[in-house]
Amino acid sequence: MSYLTVHDVHKAFEGVPVLRGVSLAVDLHEAVALVGASGSGKSTLLRCIDGLVGVDAGTIRIGGADGLDVTAHDIDLDEVRQQVGLVFQQYNLFPHMSVLQNITLAPRKVLGLSRAMAEGRARDLLARFGLADKADDYPDRLSGGQQQRVAIVRALALQPQLMLLDEVTSALDPQLVGEVLDVIKELKESGMTIVMATHEMTFAREVADRVCFLSGGVVVEEAEAHRFFDEPQDPRTREFLARVRAWA
Amino acid sequence: MTTPAEAPLEAPDIPYVDPERFLGQRRRGRRNAWVASVSTVVVFAVLVVGITSTPGWSQVQETFFNWDAAVATWPVVIRAFVLNIKIFLVAEFFILILALLVALARGLQGPVFLPVRILATVYVDFFRGVPTILVILLLGFGVPALHLSGVTNSPLVWGTVALIVSYTAYVAEVYRAGIESVHPSQRAAARSLGLSSLQATRYVVLPQAIRRVIPPLLNDFIALQKETALVSLLGPVEVLRAAQIDAASNFNYTPYVVAALLFVAITLPLTRLTDWLQRRATSRRSAAGMP
Ligand SMILES: Nc1ncnc2c1ncn2[C@@H]1O[C@H](COP(=O)(O)OP(=O)(O)OP(=O)(O)O)[C@@H](O)[C@H]1O
Ligand SMILES: [Mg+2]
Repeated sequence: MSYLTVHDVHKAFEGVPVLRGVSLAVDLHEAVALVGASGSGKSTLLRCIDGLVGVDAGTIRIGGADGLDVTAHDIDLDEVRQQVGLVFQQYNLFPHMSVLQNITLAPRKVLGLSRAMAEGRARDLLARFGLADKADDYPDRLSGGQQQRVAIVRALALQPQLMLLDEVTSALDPQLVGEVLDVIKELKESGMTIVMATHEMTFAREVADRVCFLSGGVVVEEAEAHRFFDEPQDPRTREFLARVRAWA
Repeated sequence: MTTPAEAPLEAPDIPYVDPERFLGQRRRGRRNAWVASVSTVVVFAVLVVGITSTPGWSQVQETFFNWDAAVATWPVVIRAFVLNIKIFLVAEFFILILALLVALARGLQGPVFLPVRILATVYVDFFRGVPTILVILLLGFGVPALHLSGVTNSPLVWGTVALIVSYTAYVAEVYRAGIESVHPSQRAAARSLGLSSLQATRYVVLPQAIRRVIPPLLNDFIALQKETALVSLLGPVEVLRAAQIDAASNFNYTPYVVAALLFVAITLPLTRLTDWLQRRATSRRSAAGMP
């Protein structure tokens, strides 16, 4: 059974439907790219998986058959969020805390780690992503790329099973995109299960195992990355790809 | 020391300053300082001469600015002023805590908390509308009139409680504005890391909110510091009351002036601190490119 199963999820905001029956299955260690036009509901879907947004109908399961049902009424969402790391487009680091404090907050308060233990782990992660010398800086002193890498490290500090990345490079200057993509590539190689919303088609093709195209509130096409880009089946996918390519 | 070989690398970092313009700016700066001092001296001289040459001045000086009377009243007035400071400190302590609770109560989400939200809102709306002086009179004379057993009749206590009740409403609004100024994405980020709603408030939202509202909080401190004088309406001999007694017995109003100067002396540092914090916050924001 898949690690993450999204089944027939519906979600409307103030009566306007955004997701109209989205289904998706992601295996352990797999990386899936979510693509689609702006407003197609990529962020909404990721937020539903993390339980930040409640679904109107459908089910979302994490951790296989005996895992957690995110959409159950009595679900402990804090437990879900310990297994799922979510990284936002706008980084959302806590500006009143140093990099180290940003990273150790959840391990200390949620997992109950000692400060020394949490800081040790945080420094290891920072070193792994080339940020060792930034531990004591405040977020406003870092470049966008560095802030986004810290945000990824902050999510990783809870040792999640699944990482949700929401257009983590689209707020960055072009010359800073590479350093963040390298981090994601490394994550993928280390075996992390990843669902990422992205506009970076070249990157999706390179790193994702599968690509999933959202349009009109449903998954229009889902295929292995190279097939998705080389032999798109649905006319809407072809149109989308043509538009994206004309852009690039 | 830099070696000559390194020097050209650093050169672009030093902005070039035209010596002519630099000296011109210096000259202009010096002239501005000179104009400022002269105009200040002239304006103050005109004011002093104008006031002291009015026909009633000697009379006013005798009754309001009498040095001997000031010296005589000083021990009484300063001792009474200590009571104002005590009222202020006790009231401020409770206000800071209670106002935070009220602000948090107003922000509680979910249908279960509706009654709490309503209570907090009604409380704030009511006490922000009623003048503090009325609250002091109502509580100070009203509660003792109820003859409740086991409840103090001390006007000092009820006067202080009235200040607390009234100012908690104002300060709660200050806190609430601060809490709402923290972008919702901060809470979402905290929640996505597994922090509970309470933890997100405690570690992520409140620290940022409170930092932002320190200047307006200090403004309310200053106002409260002055309003401690209103407790005199209930009888306790705080500084205004002491000055009043002294003034009445000597037919001289200098004690009022002394009391006024004491209030200024204690609020002035707070005022300056508030200005400084506000200026610093503004320049920080503009440095970070925020509005
Ligand atoms: N909290 C909300 N309240 C109301 N409407 C919302 C909310 N969140 C999202 N929407 C709406 O849902 C639709 C889908 O938004 P979503 O952010 O999921 O799209 P997206 O695919 O991530 O787009 P983008 O590529 O621009 O990030 C949009 O029309 C948006 O306005
Ligand atoms: Mg989005």
